[in-house]
Amino acid sequence: MRVRAGAARAVAKRTRHAGLGTVVLLAPACVLFSLFVLYPILRTVALSLYDWDGVGARDFVGLDNYFELFADPVFATALANNVRWLACYLVAPLAGLAFALLLNQRLAGMRAVRALFFMPFVVSQVVVGLIFGWFFHSRYGLFDRLLQFAGLPPLAPLDSETWSLYTMIVAGLWPQTAYCMILYLAGLAAMPGDVVDAARVDGAHGLALLRRVVLPQLRPVQFIVAMVCAVAALRSFDYVMIMTLGGPYDSSTVLAYYMYEQTFGNLRYGYGAAIAVVLLALMSGIIGLLLWRLFRREGA
Amino acid sequence: MYPAALPQRPAWIRGAYVAVVLALLALWLLPLAGITLASLRSADELNRGDWWGWPRDTHLVENYRAVLAGSPLLRLTLNSLLVTVPAVVATVLIAAMAGFALAKHRFPGARVLLMLFVAGNLVPAQVLMIPVRDLMIALHLYDTRVALVLFHTSFQTGFATLFMHNFIRELPDSVLDAARMEGASELAVFRRVVVPLVHPAMAAIAVLVFTFVWNDFFWSLVLVQSDAIRPLTAGLQALRGMYQTTWHLLCAASLLAALPPVAMFFFMQKHLIAGLTRVEREL
Repeated sequence: MRVRAGAARAVAKRTRHAGLGTVVLLAPACVLFSLFVLYPILRTVALSLYDWDGVGARDFVGLDNYFELFADPVFATALANNVRWLACYLVAPLAGLAFALLLNQRLAGMRAVRALFFMPFVVSQVVVGLIFGWFFHSRYGLFDRLLQFAGLPPLAPLDSETWSLYTMIVAGLWPQTAYCMILYLAGLAAMPGDVVDAARVDGAHGLALLRRVVLPQLRPVQFIVAMVCAVAALRSFDYVMIMTLGGPYDSSTVLAYYMYEQTFGNLRYGYGAAIAVVLLALMSGIIGLLLWRLFRREGA
Repeated sequence: MYPAALPQRPAWIRGAYVAVVLALLALWLLPLAGITLASLRSADELNRGDWWGWPRDTHLVENYRAVLAGSPLLRLTLNSLLVTVPAVVATVLIAAMAGFALAKHRFPGARVLLMLFVAGNLVPAQVLMIPVRDLMIALHLYDTRVALVLFHTSFQTGFATLFMHNFIRELPDSVLDAARMEGASELAVFRRVVVPLVHPAMAAIAVLVFTFVWNDFFWSLVLVQSDAIRPLTAGLQALRGMYQTTWHLLCAASLLAALPPVAMFFFMQKHLIAGLTRVEREL
């Protein structure tokens, strides 16, 4: 028995440290990740310092792309639209929480009902964009019909420099709310029941119970919901490509779409790379916060 | 439990609750109902602008046959499957291997590596766009399915590795050591001990990755251009130009595109929700 225990310790000592096995296990992930994620990031940063049409010779221009960018009115519009998108996405956590509270009941069939509410999230953004494109369509859309029905003049929001951005945000809010709802539902399910019961015994109920007891318990969920919405607001490419193409007159463009347009539309790869770097800088804040949170507890 | 459990309330409150939930659900899914109805209409009806009433005579068989036989939709669906399935299998396997090494082997830099994987997965696609496309051209893979499979696998591996790592970390070391004492190599331990034990986690991440890859639009635009390879999402956009006046067909096509992830979701609901909410419990 003692020999066996000794052998186990030896095995443990040998394998808790890296060996050839570790290298074999990690190699595919590391090679692919370095080649198609890490290297491209560095290369995009480098490319942003060049003037390049994608085929011919590259001219080193230093920070010129960035100077041009900060004087570019369309870039300013795109950046402002990303901020608007982010601000409007605050609706998703609120509506998601309301849905979650409504659906957090154990009745027959509730699982299926929750699944149906969640469905928009698994539908492709292309399909969501197409659906809402029809909804807001200036000739056939239900939206203008509803306005007329209510005695209001039609808005034709997709043709409007003021409103076309918001047609896409509304489209995006549909799946995003479903996503927030499911995260809150999981949080509510994981919440220890005795905390709420104890608060009830102390006389708390209704909204006060929600604010003082339930929401503080949901703090970790609140954090991930905020992260998820911020990331989604920066990933708005699909809706723009399907619904407005950034129009009318670039009024509804966002950084992700403007980058694509400059690169492949105008063949300005260096300029496109500079826009991508700005996008990366914005995302870095979110990434940093998430990593800090994720690995803080494992630190010890 | 918050809010208070309904079974303890009077019956009329329960009845009202069910009515409110069902009404809200109907409203919530109205967009999907709208295109379902539109896909059943005749072109005439739609062109008259008659979109929102009940279809006068349904054209279910007719419209769907036209979509399946007269358009490239079947091929597009096949294209999507030929990219998604290999990418899901490769991602889950590679991520489980890496997750095992990161969770159960001690070596300097393991944590940094894991952080890099997670961070990489959040990088906006546009940051990778130009170099990844150039790389695929240099490797003679541009406009092939391999390019899409390779990229999706690389990108999804980041998040999937964190996911698998968190599950494998909870396996008791003694189980692994027992296999090692019998002389099993680390790869054998992975195959014979780790994989059977984390099967449910692999299913969960597979559903998630399937949804992400199937629904991808951006990379289908950037890495592929010929009709023979183009996946469904990019194909839908192309179909829109083709079917300018025959929207009922495009509606039918959209529904068919939405179907696999939705079906997947309903069959694997528990796994998918476990997958989505798992990360949140880590935070």
